[in-house]
Amino acid sequence: MEEGEGEGLQTLAIVLLLCGALKLLHTLGLISTEDRVCDDLELSVVCHRPEALDLLEAQSNFNRKELQVLYRGFKNECPSGVVNEETFKQIYSQFFPHGDASTYAHYLFNAFDSSQSGSIKFEDFITALSILLRGTTTEKLQWTFNLYDINKDGYINKEEMTDIVKAIYDMMGRFTYPALKTDTTKQHVDAFFQKMDKNRDGVVTLDEFILSCQEDENIMRSLQLFENVI
Amino acid sequence: MAAGVAAWLPFARAAAIGWMPVANLPMPVAPTNKNKRQDELIILNVSGRRFQTWRNTLDRYPDTLLGSSEKEFFFNEETREYFFDRDPDSFRSILNFYRTGKLHYPRYECISAYDEELAFFGIIPEIISDCCYEEYKDRKRENTERLMDDLEDNKDNKPPNMTCRETMWRAFENPHTSTMALVFYYVTGFFIAISVITNVVETVPCGSMPNQRDIPCGERYTEAFFCMDTACVMIFTVEYLMRLFAAPSRYRFMRSVMSIIDVVAILPYYIGLVMTNNEDVSGAFVTLRVFRVFRIFKFSRHSQGLRILGYTLKSCASELGFLLFSLTMAIIIFATVMFYAEKGSSSSKFTSIPASFWYTIVTMTTLGYGDMVPKTIAGKIFGSICSLSGVLVIALPVPVIVSNFSRIYHQNQRADKRRAQKVQKARLARMRISKAGSSTAFLHSKRNGLNQSLELTGSLEEDQQLKKTTSLLESQHHHLLHCLEKTTNHEFVDERLYEQGYLQTALQNFPSQSPSLSSEEGVTGTCCSRRTKKNIQALNATHTHSHTHNLQELSALHIHCGEQQPLNTSRSSLNLMSDESGSLNCKSSGLVTTAIISIPTPPSNNSRANPDAPPPPNPDAPPRPNTGSDVVKISAL
Repeated sequence: MEEGEGEGLQTLAIVLLLCGALKLLHTLGLISTEDRVCDDLELSVVCHRPEALDLLEAQSNFNRKELQVLYRGFKNECPSGVVNEETFKQIYSQFFPHGDASTYAHYLFNAFDSSQSGSIKFEDFITALSILLRGTTTEKLQWTFNLYDINKDGYINKEEMTDIVKAIYDMMGRFTYPALKTDTTKQHVDAFFQKMDKNRDGVVTLDEFILSCQEDENIMRSLQLFENVI
Repeated sequence: MAAGVAAWLPFARAAAIGWMPVANLPMPVAPTNKNKRQDELIILNVSGRRFQTWRNTLDRYPDTLLGSSEKEFFFNEETREYFFDRDPDSFRSILNFYRTGKLHYPRYECISAYDEELAFFGIIPEIISDCCYEEYKDRKRENTERLMDDLEDNKDNKPPNMTCRETMWRAFENPHTSTMALVFYYVTGFFIAISVITNVVETVPCGSMPNQRDIPCGERYTEAFFCMDTACVMIFTVEYLMRLFAAPSRYRFMRSVMSIIDVVAILPYYIGLVMTNNEDVSGAFVTLRVFRVFRIFKFSRHSQGLRILGYTLKSCASELGFLLFSLTMAIIIFATVMFYAEKGSSSSKFTSIPASFWYTIVTMTTLGYGDMVPKTIAGKIFGSICSLSGVLVIALPVPVIVSNFSRIYHQNQRADKRRAQKVQKARLARMRISKAGSSTAFLHSKRNGLNQSLELTGSLEEDQQLKKTTSLLESQHHHLLHCLEKTTNHEFVDERLYEQGYLQTALQNFPSQSPSLSSEEGVTGTCCSRRTKKNIQALNATHTHSHTHNLQELSALHIHCGEQQPLNTSRSSLNLMSDESGSLNCKSSGLVTTAIISIPTPPSNNSRANPDAPPPPNPDAPPRPNTGSDVVKISAL
């Protein structure tokens, strides 16, 4: 046997050894080659049925007929009975085709999902709508405060407000008149704090918020705007 | 806006309360549903089969028969139902379209019957959902082909009054139309064959001089072959020029594949004529003669199978690419392995890895010439693995290509595929338009000043007029977008206007002439007043430039004659009149109006006193006529 033969056989041996090692690791389960797509299927089977109509009627400010209409629309769009964040963002984005409504939809989703469960059921939907459409002004302002308070700590600071205002401006899209400048958001937030922050401590509490809004006629009037939506 | 999502509009509007504390401006009045009735069931009687649905379901698509007032024509007073004398089976899918927002095409349905039903109910077929769209399009294409074939059979007599040019083109494209065309077709085919055979025979060694080796015929009978070649090229040139003359679109003809083949086929001859017998270029000249073999591709005009083969290869480009890529990978791997395996053996032919490429290719395609053979044991083992894997790698994409070819051949694609591409583009364009429709619809309705009716506290006629043009759903959606505009104090515009507005603001570096104006206006009001100053100062410099800009520009004129707002966003975009921009035009009733004016505004329209400077001569735009109403004139481009 020549020298070269020896080398060639060595190469062969090394290759065979490598393959054997890989196979061993594979059988031991340390290396896996299949894709984990089967996990996603489990989520879609979740279904949820709402409470009885009578119970909902007692809990909210809607009557039977309105609840029926609302549920039919809800069920049509989400047959499984729950809305997850993705679907919510998609639905909301359809109303604002010019810009990007996903950030604001995210904040809305968190405000609707009071139990922070990651999905909105019909009861959550009705609770929020009941406040927004049939509640007192104080309740509406409370809900709005809850929306702005992203981390739910009871205070609205400048960063949270900037995020919210930026999300609202994102919905406008790029093509606006007049064109958006870099400090538009900041100016808006400053104006807001100027109005709301009574004691100038840099944060807005719930009481300051409610008080300031009640002083502003525009806001009071516009809160009544959507009374007849249903 | 999709149908199902319409159910969520109340939720979106309720959520708009979240913007209220952030907004600085008052919100517009919400549209009210004057004749608000409870949602009722309506009965649709289609040839005896009764369908029932909510009225709201049908109202989702107001531009179809069932969604508009057109269905009132079919209302039966005695039975209180809508009667349609149409096919109930097809109606099922149409009604499901209203319910789910997706239009499906059932397979058992005849395509022309389905099309007729869709046309009757005012639904465009392009919105068939993707799951059924391919099927629909295929059957539609088959149907049109069938119709066209029927037409072709009846089309023996040519239409009268065709010009000579059109006749010629028709003769070229379809040889069966006249005898002359048929003769031409066969003659060109014959000469192509002659030319190819000549090229081949030229290189055959025919007869040797007694004291010399065999010389090819081409060198022996040089003149004869030259004459033959000249004749063929003459015929081809004449044919090409005639086609060029007859083509309806010469530019498109020159870019087509067939004409390029024609040109490449005859070019070597002419280049050979021009070039002298120089030693240096004779090598290149020989290379050029190779291109003469392209004449064989001219046969593809005569053979449909050849065209289909070419088309198949083009459409299977991805499979071919995959084949090539996987082969390359395998070749490199195996060549490397073989090189290292055979390195030790003496007198080995595997001198380098590129040298082993040849062995690998020959082995993988199972050719096995035998000029390079491994000698070591390891080399032989890897060589056998190489040949086995070669069979597998090559065998995989081949059936795909074969099935492609047979599918294309059977479906007889040709120009139909090209036509289908255009229709596909049209369909996508239509769908894009309808999707963008919701965004442009809002801008459109703004431009038409419909918003002004929303802001008025309701006079009845204008409300009804509003109903005629937009549905309640649309007006509510527009109201929502309007609230967003008010919250952020910016407006939606489309791209063109945005660019111009951006350009204008970028050009502004001039100091403001009247600081009082800018100080009294709010956050966003300064933009417009700056623009007027820019107009004034740029008058001399960029006269025509700003002219055309202003002509094309639309801007919103918010005229607030109210007591409430301290923030007076009076924006007016002027023409080159050099008067002050701050004058307000108040409606006597003190209501808020929104109007959009285009420049130049004729002076008679508003109460601005402008005795001195008449608008400079404006060749580009005629002055817009005035109706003399209180509302500032609306005009859009």
